[in-house]
Amino acid sequence: MENLTHIAGMESAGPNKPVAGNNPVAGNVIVAGNVIVTGNKPVAGNKTVKTEHVIEIDNLEKGFNNNLVLKNLSLKLYNGENLVVLGKSGSGKSVLIKCIIRLLLPDQGTIRVFGQNVNELTTKGLAEMREKIGFLFQSGALYDSMTVRENLEFPLKRIKKGLTRKEIDEKVAEVLDNVGLGETLNKMPSELSGGMRKRVSLARTIIVDPMIMLYDEPTTGLDPVTSDEISSLINDVQTKYKTSSIIITHDIECVRATADRIIMVQDGEVYKEGSIEEFNSSTDAIIRSFFK
Amino acid sequence: MNKVKKNNTVFKKFVILPDVKHKVIKLSENTIEKTQIATLFFSEIGEFFLFMFHTFKETFSRSFEFKEFLHQCYQIGNRTLPLISVTGLVIGLVLTIQSRPVLADFGAVSLLPGMVAVSIIREMGPVVTGLICAGRIGSGMGAELGSMKVTEQIDAMEVSSTNPMRFLVVTRVLAATLMIPILVLYADALGIMGSWAGANIKGDVPFVLFFSQAFSAVSFADFLPAVVKTFFFGAAIGVIGCYKGYTAGRGTESVGKAATSAVVLASLFVIIIDLIAVQITDMLF
Ligand SMILES: Nc1ncnc2c1ncn2[C@@H]1O[C@H](COP(=O)(O)OP(=O)(O)O)[C@@H](O)[C@H]1O
Ligand SMILES: [Mg+2]
Repeated sequence: MENLTHIAGMESAGPNKPVAGNNPVAGNVIVAGNVIVTGNKPVAGNKTVKTEHVIEIDNLEKGFNNNLVLKNLSLKLYNGENLVVLGKSGSGKSVLIKCIIRLLLPDQGTIRVFGQNVNELTTKGLAEMREKIGFLFQSGALYDSMTVRENLEFPLKRIKKGLTRKEIDEKVAEVLDNVGLGETLNKMPSELSGGMRKRVSLARTIIVDPMIMLYDEPTTGLDPVTSDEISSLINDVQTKYKTSSIIITHDIECVRATADRIIMVQDGEVYKEGSIEEFNSSTDAIIRSFFK
Repeated sequence: MNKVKKNNTVFKKFVILPDVKHKVIKLSENTIEKTQIATLFFSEIGEFFLFMFHTFKETFSRSFEFKEFLHQCYQIGNRTLPLISVTGLVIGLVLTIQSRPVLADFGAVSLLPGMVAVSIIREMGPVVTGLICAGRIGSGMGAELGSMKVTEQIDAMEVSSTNPMRFLVVTRVLAATLMIPILVLYADALGIMGSWAGANIKGDVPFVLFFSQAFSAVSFADFLPAVVKTFFFGAAIGVIGCYKGYTAGRGTESVGKAATSAVVLASLFVIIIDLIAVQITDMLF
């Protein structure tokens, strides 16, 4: 954990909850690799962020054969924040973030990422948009016919074309160190534990310096200690890579550790939106069932 | 419910009327069910052709995943070589041993090498190898892609700027199309070796003599159609295996289903293609 903030050369706001979005950074900071971050905006390379909110979803509707999963769902993700989307299993949380990255096509409504309507993107535009978004799959989705190293190199070679062998090796070592798994480089995914897989998967996602992170139930199925580790990794990614994130979960410890803002989804709609304090002090029965 | 039934039986005791209404309802229910099955069937066929079309389209796109293609060629060879070696040898051996007494009755033992060679090259080699590959490669692809689909690996590929059709499907289909003809030729060669071994059980046939007799019986018209159809076997096995895996449902049990249905369908296709090939060969030669 420590080496993260040191590599980035940033002052973390504290071990628990770094303040999102507005960490003042003195001068230029060179994040390992060749991406230069200037000032306090999450700028990867020379792409600039113009909008205040990076993702804007309006009246999203999505169903599967007569089963309406999302109806009239609207939300915004602000620059630099960790937004937690809370909801019980089967409430369509995964469907929601899959629509954002257009793995699924919505039936109705618009989704804007950096101001661009996702459903109107060309193939090239879609590829460019996806390069800016990191997606941590619920199951980890590590390629099980490849070693950890090959898994990490796969997106790197395909998204950041033209890197030298040395640069690739350095980048792989860096992200793997960041998730604390430097020694697993040549292992197969089947040799790793569930928590290690999640972490390798996280490393594979951050290796291409995404500006937005979408986490699909990052702590589900892990023991409390490993869950805490993943939660603090999520915070580390936020501070180090200056990402804006949507974290989907029903694990309340993960919510407490990572959330800047919470949106609760119920029956395909936004049920309540607010800060962690508001949710903590709420007397609503459904919210209480999560915040015991 | 019960009451209605009772009334009906009581009523039936007196007048035997055809239960038209009931029949009509049943008929329409059946029709609806059948229509649904038919719709499902046709939409599956439609989906399959769409899949083939996409595979074809992606095959001729600019970027080709050469490394993955070579890897798949290696995998196919690696998975099937032992099985095909044994089967090839045994087929040649058995064919020889079985047909020898019959030929001996007619005093035509000298025709044995040619007869076995023709039947292996024209039919036994391609079809048996095709079926083995349908089982081994079809199920392998179905299960592999199916589990990649279920565990979101295909989605992960898609979001890291890789076209999964190009990376996974095109490479596999092309590898199967190229490798299965090679495997068939290999099986043919082993079959003829096995046949020579079989001929040597009774009597002493020199290797060179056996082979020159065998190949003098085989004409180009035997050889060419047999090789051409194996390319189609390969393509069919590849496309079906990938299609079944790629369109696997959600949940782990669909991986098994994808694998089994890939084997069944691929074997069926091998047989059907063989049938069509025979017809065409008959017309042409
Ligand atoms: N590709 C799909 N095809 C059909 N139904 C789906 C698909 N994806 C999700 N669903 C359905 O949508 C609902 C919500 O699923 P999901 O978003 O995975 O829930 P969760 O909130 O637990 O992530 C479920 O009822 C699921 O069966
Ligand atoms: Mg989910």
